[in-house]
Amino acid sequence: MSTTTVTESGEPVQKPINKERRATIVVAAAFGGAGVVAAAVPFVTSFLPSERAKAAGAPVEADISGIAAGEMLTVEWRGRPVWILNRTPQMLQSIKKVDGEVADPKSLRTAYPTPAYARNEYRSIKREYLVVEGICTHLGCNPIGPFAAGVNVQMGSDQGFVCPCHGSTFDLAGRVFKNKPAPDNLPVPPHKYLSDNLVLIGDDSKA
Amino acid sequence: MAEHKSQYTGLLGWVDARMPTLMSEFKKHASEYYAPKNFNFWYIFGGIAIVILVLQILTGIFLTMHYKPDANLAFASVEYIMRDVTGGWFIRYLHSTGASFFFIVVYLHMFRALLYGSYRRPRELIWIFGCLIFLMLMAEAFFGYLLPWGQMSYWGAQVIVNLFGAIPLIGPELALFIRGDYVVGDATLSRFFAFHVIAIPLVLLGLVVAHIIALHDVGSNNPDGIEIKAHKDAQGRPLDGVPFHPYYTVHDLYWLSIFLIPFFAVVFFFPEMGGYFLEWNNFIPADSLQGPTHIAPLWYFTPYYSILRATTEQFMIVLAVGTIGMSALLLLTISNSIARGAIAVGTIVVLLGYFTLDPKFWGVVLMGVSVMIFFAMPWLDHSPARSMRYRPVWHFWLLIGWVVAFLILGYLGTQPPTPAATLMAQALTLLYFAFFALMPWWSRMGSFKPVPDRITFAPH
Repeated sequence: MSTTTVTESGEPVQKPINKERRATIVVAAAFGGAGVVAAAVPFVTSFLPSERAKAAGAPVEADISGIAAGEMLTVEWRGRPVWILNRTPQMLQSIKKVDGEVADPKSLRTAYPTPAYARNEYRSIKREYLVVEGICTHLGCNPIGPFAAGVNVQMGSDQGFVCPCHGSTFDLAGRVFKNKPAPDNLPVPPHKYLSDNLVLIGDDSKA
Repeated sequence: MAEHKSQYTGLLGWVDARMPTLMSEFKKHASEYYAPKNFNFWYIFGGIAIVILVLQILTGIFLTMHYKPDANLAFASVEYIMRDVTGGWFIRYLHSTGASFFFIVVYLHMFRALLYGSYRRPRELIWIFGCLIFLMLMAEAFFGYLLPWGQMSYWGAQVIVNLFGAIPLIGPELALFIRGDYVVGDATLSRFFAFHVIAIPLVLLGLVVAHIIALHDVGSNNPDGIEIKAHKDAQGRPLDGVPFHPYYTVHDLYWLSIFLIPFFAVVFFFPEMGGYFLEWNNFIPADSLQGPTHIAPLWYFTPYYSILRATTEQFMIVLAVGTIGMSALLLLTISNSIARGAIAVGTIVVLLGYFTLDPKFWGVVLMGVSVMIFFAMPWLDHSPARSMRYRPVWHFWLLIGWVVAFLILGYLGTQPPTPAATLMAQALTLLYFAFFALMPWWSRMGSFKPVPDRITFAPH
């Protein structure tokens, strides 16, 4: 290899490459490059949730005594809507009826794992009270409902919730119907009952 | 170095002697840049796009003087601009109307390229820079749409960020990384503001400069799709070219003044454009507990959004059949055994993926491909003639058919999903992709008209 330079009078001169100098340049560039990459780390990590954001999201308590049969209460947990639906016997019936029409009737999928205490027919600790996040597992819209049978076009003769964005439908246990954009059932947040009327959302530890 | 001998006198001479680049660049890019003299109506949109870019930057600067990028203050600060800042409503409507018109103009500019083969060799780089500009424009529009912090801002951002969440393995972490919080919140708003007002605009400006430099290096295409540099006069100037300045600067200014009539009609009389330029639901402050009953992105994203929605479990079967057909066609055409093996293996991997990963993921993939496919145009089109003028008439109608499919997909994307609409969107999605996927074959077929040696031009 050689390199072309010019003399003061403008004549081109071929000179052999100084391998030692070239090696020094390569090493210097490699170290400089590593420095640039290292310097990028704090910029990239500044995108992660801050300590304040991580600290937020404490569990919230909800009083369910005021929810009349068939009605729903929405509480905020970690900035998301959590629904507490007091289901009537007729509503519970409608869940059993659609076992064959929902994609994951036994809540076995693991993308949004259903806690063991809610992995039952009605996806709840207490039969009547459904506690789910009102966030569609497709792209995170907020489904509407609950609709009675024959009220909503997309819901048809079934009862449940409809996501207005992409038309996913869920039964009254938050289970997604087959062949809909949403792959998973509505997530059940960790929760436990502190007393008969008081539910704690965001914490299910036994102690 | 000796002082540059200037041909100019006075102040210009003084500057030119010290910075000759100024006038040499003006000559290179304007007064001595020879553009084909047969430019028609379709060639006005590049210049108009630059004017809108400048307008967006100017109005944007003034909006940042009053806007507050804080989840608690943002919505009210936009209303403050609308009600209390003197002339604030005008600046904001210029900005919001400018955003929609930017897309109208860029879509027409891209249609011109498809019509006359402006992406063909040696203009591939111009086209690639153009596609990157289009991508950046989409990013700019998306980031900007969160800023008013209305219901559509909030839930729109929620949906788009969750698109990244659909990517297997890294998706949920990536979505968290983009939001900077477990939900779309103040952290998201602040970073989107930074991207919208400084990061993306800088990239956009750089890309526009690259787009124009690449254009001026190879020279403009024209409605005949032939090279004007093939015939030059004694001074080396193309015989069929005219200096961009003053000929096309005046031409562009004339059309700009006509363009500004509908533009200002919207700004003054229909700033919301029936809910298409400013959605009704965005006049309600963001509420993380109660979404709007109908969510659709702004009109310029709806064709791709329709493709996303069309990808259901049943559609995956149609997609699989299409993929098998496509790979059979490739295997029949290609003789290289390594390439054939790669195609066979690739097809099997993709088919396995169709039925193991969620349709939700493939919807996101198809939506991405529907935008990215534009980059491939220079290599998909094998037509012997660049311009539609000299290609078989049915090529033109195929292009129009694709445009109509694009428009109907766009309309469907603004509407709530019903079973019939979804079926229609699925058929049009197939048409959309077939147009590109089969282009290497159909673009060679049919009888082509002879391409003229010199441009066709009738002086007025």
